[in-house]
Amino acid sequence: MKKHLGFIVSLLIILACGAYPIVTGSPMAREDMFVMLSYIGLALSLNVLMGFTGYVSFGHVVFFGIGGYTTFALIYHYGIGLVPALIAGGLVAALIAGLLGMAVLNLRGAYFAIATIGINEAFKTLISNIDYLGGAEGLFFNLRKAYSPYGGSQKALWYSFIILVIVTLTALIVSFLVKRSKFGLGLFSIREDEDAAKVLGINTKLYKTLAFMISAFFPGIIGGLFFFKNGSIDPNSAFHLLKSVEMIFMVMLGGIGTIFGPVVGALTYEEIRSYLLINPTFKDLHLAISGVILLLIVLFIPDGIVGFLRRKVKFFKEVFE
Amino acid sequence: MNVYADALVNGILLGLVYGLAAMGLALIWGVMKVINLSHGAFITLGMFLSYVVFESLHFPPYISVFLAIVVGLIAGVITYFTALHRVLNAGELSTLLSTYSVSLIIVGILMFLFATTPKALNLGMNIFTAKIIAAAFSFVFSLVLYYFLYKTDTGMAIRAVSQHPDASKLMGIDTVKILAFSFGLGVALAMAAGNLISMIFPFSVLSGGLYELKSFVICVIGGLGNPLGAIVGGIVLGILENVFGLFVNQGIVPFVEFTILLLILLYKPQGLLGGH
Repeated sequence: MKKHLGFIVSLLIILACGAYPIVTGSPMAREDMFVMLSYIGLALSLNVLMGFTGYVSFGHVVFFGIGGYTTFALIYHYGIGLVPALIAGGLVAALIAGLLGMAVLNLRGAYFAIATIGINEAFKTLISNIDYLGGAEGLFFNLRKAYSPYGGSQKALWYSFIILVIVTLTALIVSFLVKRSKFGLGLFSIREDEDAAKVLGINTKLYKTLAFMISAFFPGIIGGLFFFKNGSIDPNSAFHLLKSVEMIFMVMLGGIGTIFGPVVGALTYEEIRSYLLINPTFKDLHLAISGVILLLIVLFIPDGIVGFLRRKVKFFKEVFE
Repeated sequence: MNVYADALVNGILLGLVYGLAAMGLALIWGVMKVINLSHGAFITLGMFLSYVVFESLHFPPYISVFLAIVVGLIAGVITYFTALHRVLNAGELSTLLSTYSVSLIIVGILMFLFATTPKALNLGMNIFTAKIIAAAFSFVFSLVLYYFLYKTDTGMAIRAVSQHPDASKLMGIDTVKILAFSFGLGVALAMAAGNLISMIFPFSVLSGGLYELKSFVICVIGGLGNPLGAIVGGIVLGILENVFGLFVNQGIVPFVEFTILLLILLYKPQGLLGGH
């Protein structure tokens, strides 16, 4: 029980984030928690690849964008229901991750990082040139028409929020199950020493590719939800490189490779970000201040909040997985 | 026919400038195995240095470029000691993130000062002349760098550290000094390139990112860590952009660039010039 405290607390945090707007009925709280939960989901997903296998994807937002475009286009062109469109978005993102993964996961370290940036930029420019997907201007919902199947825009927004709660919970549970499974053990052995893992008979290529697919699936769905709620999609917001770095930042801030880390990292990151954005003194400098904070983390607590607590507080030594 | 010759000449001229921008990235990667994600931010800093000097003192970029080199050297050495020295041996994730946070800080401050509105210098010369001047400066700087790396003691020390840091330490080279200096040199090249690019194209606080990505492609074409390969890579990219742009929709050119990046990474990661 004590060993799974990190998982249980994460579960409670997600449920609390989900329940708060629903109980208060406040659309404002819903908007805040939508951002919070999507960050938690994104950080948890990236952690499956980055934390478990040690491969750092610098262009992970590409799956957010691919899922976003798939979902959006299916609803826009064919009026498909939100849930099937989202599932399609997640599956397409995972499928593309699988195909790309078979090639680029042969690269290691910095080469892999550059390749993922390249993939993201390639998709961004490719989609900017496809008229079917709206080109550089993107696609816009006819809001009344798009949201009418759900009983108006307010209902549609609540509906997408509830789906997001479920998706984030699923991402948490999947991360937890992966981490505890034999598959997870294989991933960790790749992180520690890939060549040794291979010699010991682990199908490293298959393992890495599967981890990449899992870590792409949830961002795909979250991207779909995000742009459905947004009512519009364009290449620059769908494939914004800064979002990839935000994901890495959250994982690092919380504690890489743990379950609780990405959750607490996303929570802390979003709090810092909204504080800086709301505070008039810092508003224009928020980017620079985030940079300073990130630098301090990298330099002084590279194992994140969870790692720091583990080292400094006796109680936490064996708590977080 | 004329159109093609034009595109070719333009491609080569731009390629030289792109090559200069990429050289700093290649040098830093070659010497310390760090992918400098603040490279684009320093290119932007070079552009704005040129802008500020031009607006206040009316010195054109081909004069302020020397200031950019000095500022770049100092800024690079400071960045090395504050952001990199501590994490140099901690794995690539740490150095990627620490250099990225430096880029956030620089871009954040520039955004605070200049917002994101595009700027352009009104130099009162035609664009082709500007390209020729920028390319000529890039070419001379590359020659100077070549001379420096291959003919001077410090240059030899830099190459020694890039080949084997531990052995060079045993040979009495002050590796920390060399690393800090190399980083400074890389940043100086980035700022000089930004300075020269400001002669040719309009720019904004966010422009650096684009040239950073181009620099990645160039470095991969020329062989990561090979500063002289970067010039060749730059020319290849410049020609590709200009000549290829005649045949297909201009918007699709970046897609082709990044596809090339991926293919080279996958099949010939040592770069086109990397031999074996």
